[in-house]
Amino acid sequence: MAKHTITMTINGESVSAEVDSRLLLVHFIRENLDLTGTHIGCDTSNCGACTILLDGKSIKSCTYLAVRADGAAITTIEGLAAEGTNHPLQQAFHDQHGLHCGFCTPGMILRSVDLLKNNPNPTEEEIRWGISGNLCRCTGYNNIVKSVQQAAKEMQNQSESV
Amino acid sequence: MFKCKTSAEVGGMGHSVKRKEDARFLHGKGNYVDDVKLPGQLTMVMVRSPYAYAKIKSINKEKALAIPGVLAVITGEDLAQYNLHWMPTLLSDTQMVLPTDTVMHQSQEVCAVIATDRYIAVDGAEAVEVDYEPMQAIVDPFKALDSDAPLLRPDKEGQEDNQIYHWERGDRAKTDEVIANADVVVKERIYLPRIHVASIETCGCVASYDKDTQKLLVYLTTQAPHAIRTVVALVAGHVGLSEEKIRIISPDIGGGFGGKVPVYPAYVVAIAATFLIGKPVKWIEDRSENLVNGFARDYHMDCELAATKEGKIQAFKVSTLADHGYTDSSANPSKYPTGMFSICTGSYDYEHAFAELDAVYTNKAPGGVAYRCSFRVTEAVHAIERMVDKLAAKIEKDPALLRLENFIKKEQFPYDSPLGWSYDSGDYEATLKKAMDMIGYDNYKQEQAEKRAQGKLMGIGICTFTEVVGAGPSKDFDILGIAMFDSAEIRVHPTGKALARFGTKSQGQGHETTYAQILAEELGIPYTDIEIDEGDTDTAPYGLGTYASRSTPTAGAAAAIAARKLKDKGKKIAAYLLEVSEEDIEWEVGKYFVKGAPEKSKTIQDVAFAAYTNIPPGMEPGFEATHYYDPPNLTFPNGAYICVVEVEQETGAIDVKRFVAIDDCGNIINPMIVEGQVHGGLTQGIAPAMYEGIEYDDEGNVLNGTLMDYLVPTAVESPHWETGHTITPSPHHPLGAKGVAESPTVGAPPAIANAIIDALAPLGIKHLDIPITPAKVWEAIQAHK
Repeated sequence: MAKHTITMTINGESVSAEVDSRLLLVHFIRENLDLTGTHIGCDTSNCGACTILLDGKSIKSCTYLAVRADGAAITTIEGLAAEGTNHPLQQAFHDQHGLHCGFCTPGMILRSVDLLKNNPNPTEEEIRWGISGNLCRCTGYNNIVKSVQQAAKEMQNQSESV
Repeated sequence: MFKCKTSAEVGGMGHSVKRKEDARFLHGKGNYVDDVKLPGQLTMVMVRSPYAYAKIKSINKEKALAIPGVLAVITGEDLAQYNLHWMPTLLSDTQMVLPTDTVMHQSQEVCAVIATDRYIAVDGAEAVEVDYEPMQAIVDPFKALDSDAPLLRPDKEGQEDNQIYHWERGDRAKTDEVIANADVVVKERIYLPRIHVASIETCGCVASYDKDTQKLLVYLTTQAPHAIRTVVALVAGHVGLSEEKIRIISPDIGGGFGGKVPVYPAYVVAIAATFLIGKPVKWIEDRSENLVNGFARDYHMDCELAATKEGKIQAFKVSTLADHGYTDSSANPSKYPTGMFSICTGSYDYEHAFAELDAVYTNKAPGGVAYRCSFRVTEAVHAIERMVDKLAAKIEKDPALLRLENFIKKEQFPYDSPLGWSYDSGDYEATLKKAMDMIGYDNYKQEQAEKRAQGKLMGIGICTFTEVVGAGPSKDFDILGIAMFDSAEIRVHPTGKALARFGTKSQGQGHETTYAQILAEELGIPYTDIEIDEGDTDTAPYGLGTYASRSTPTAGAAAAIAARKLKDKGKKIAAYLLEVSEEDIEWEVGKYFVKGAPEKSKTIQDVAFAAYTNIPPGMEPGFEATHYYDPPNLTFPNGAYICVVEVEQETGAIDVKRFVAIDDCGNIINPMIVEGQVHGGLTQGIAPAMYEGIEYDDEGNVLNGTLMDYLVPTAVESPHWETGHTITPSPHHPLGAKGVAESPTVGAPPAIANAIIDALAPLGIKHLDIPITPAKVWEAIQAHK
């Protein structure tokens, strides 16, 4: 198995490692870096539990080779907000009861970060389509939609007050 | 409605306090089984059968063992040396851990590869050479009973055909007689397909045996850690795994829904592997392994409902064929092989009913898990609620009116049902009327008439269900002989803060918040000052776990009663501190005071401090209490759900326009959490109603074993849910609560099916089995043109 040296920024910190060609990014994040907030829920990139931000875009890290992420800047759920603080989406998921078991939550939040970056004021339908690549089996999605709505409002308020 | 007794700061019952468990999940700090990493940990991957039914002629491990990093390949022959190749199921059937000669369903575990990492283990699994001799699988359960069908379980002594058991309840002769003489009888064969819980976290374990201490530690995706510990001791006691040496930890669980109650073969193999190798072994199921193994439902129900021509229901009969796969591994109470299916007489007042069921073996995966329902209640409710709608259609009566005329009246509770349940409480009429008001039922009836006149397809569907949840009582309900009680243990520390432990295990239900609120309600200690701990068998009191909506009915009740024991002790301490007799002490949330002199008082925190620092003479020190609660009856949550759909005639596309769910789950502990549970359950109700079903071809191949083709609803398919409540407290539960999380999964599918079939009624379509997909609707429309 060929080995490759890769370097990337994860949650603001530079990491280098020698990895197999076939190593998936999600396993690199979970096993090599011990960042276990990124979850694995399927092997067909349907569930979105493994969603991370790569160069600011949400991707499913279960179908992305670690070597392909060489040189990228990655944000996982652990790096979304400073220790002890909440990103507006994290706060909104708490306020609106947008999580039950929590397994889909990191992916759902990181997908929503990307959604709101591209569409800061989405309609309910745009939110539903926007998170349709992420499965949740617990919440029935009503409160996830409300969470994204609350965060959108809060983030708009923040950007207006800047 | 329920009136809060505590302040928002104390956060007792009725307050929508935010969840205490959220922070770790929001920050990626949850601790699920796959997050566990023990020193020296190895990975296990299962080799699985491509065939549904085959002889194993040989298994060649050599190429796998030649791969650097592959440490072992474990086969059924290896386990047979320790008599560990078979295990009992919860219903006294037997299941292979690993086969020695025959595989009985596609994807059955054939052998296990243990390696230093997952990639190498998968390489090893691919390198194992298994020589199979395929045989003709039995896929159709009706053919399993043919006289010339091959005997699938010759290993079972006395087994002469493929029937597992026959079960019946009620008076067959009288029910047949009433049906024969009735004005109106409607009949239908209703199929509830095989589905899977598909929690987003699959199943898995990390098993670690320490040869020096002889202790076995297993991190396990289980809803019932204590029962599993006992099962492991029973299955593996003969190799030296004694129960006091076994520690099961159920850490954060990524959704359970019944799928994490059974003992799966790979758990046992992982335990055997760590026992033999002496290093921790992790096994994490992949999604296809998850979807193809284990199942819920799979009932074929022949139903007959008899009534007068005015629509007074007189009798219900249902004969069911249940496809259990190759072994009956239903996770049911042992005296209830069909679970609570006899709740099938529904919310209606009539005298005569008969239910029977034949369970059969086929070459499919075993399972029979109670998927977000209290053991076969979903099947029962679907049967009666479809049949009531068929009756309404037949006699051309409004299905809401038909239900209102036949409901058990609120003054009839406790109500003895024809098949032997004692319904505790309810006000079915008020609940349905509330749902009708909320959705605007009459307006929709009018709109429907107008749309029908224009040739458009619009349907309104109702389901008014009664559930039965919260097992025990222990005299009737047990799992493998273990009585179905549950437990709470409270320790109030000297500073007045508390730790409480339970025999249940949350999988997302919010126990860390709800249980703290119950204790806040009872003790007046703020819910934020109470830590809740579950899932570690070394520390938590014994309990049967979380499934069948039993946490609030059993462990929630245990918490209330344990708290009341503490309050009684506290009263004695308060009397001592206030220098009055115990009879002169009164209680109001969080405070003891002297009768007639409320300024003389001691808080619960004062009393807790005194229990450790200023103990009344002769009293046992400390401020702790434990209770094991054995419920006197089950609880009977109920509800009225109404769904409005439109169907596109050209394409069969179904649009769910509105869905209103009114639930009566008795007193509510946290309204926010209850609403969240209802939302989630409703989406798990629309899933089988419109999208999900495990399909097999004639050879027993699963046709949709990934999330690409097993369609779990996304936010797009999931409608905007509208919810509400009526409240009739359970008269026998200490908090008047009933349990809620399963009601929506039970109630939604018939409401949706009834709505779609109602939309199609003008075309002459009288029934469709779920999942009702656009393709199925389109085909039905073509057939009725």
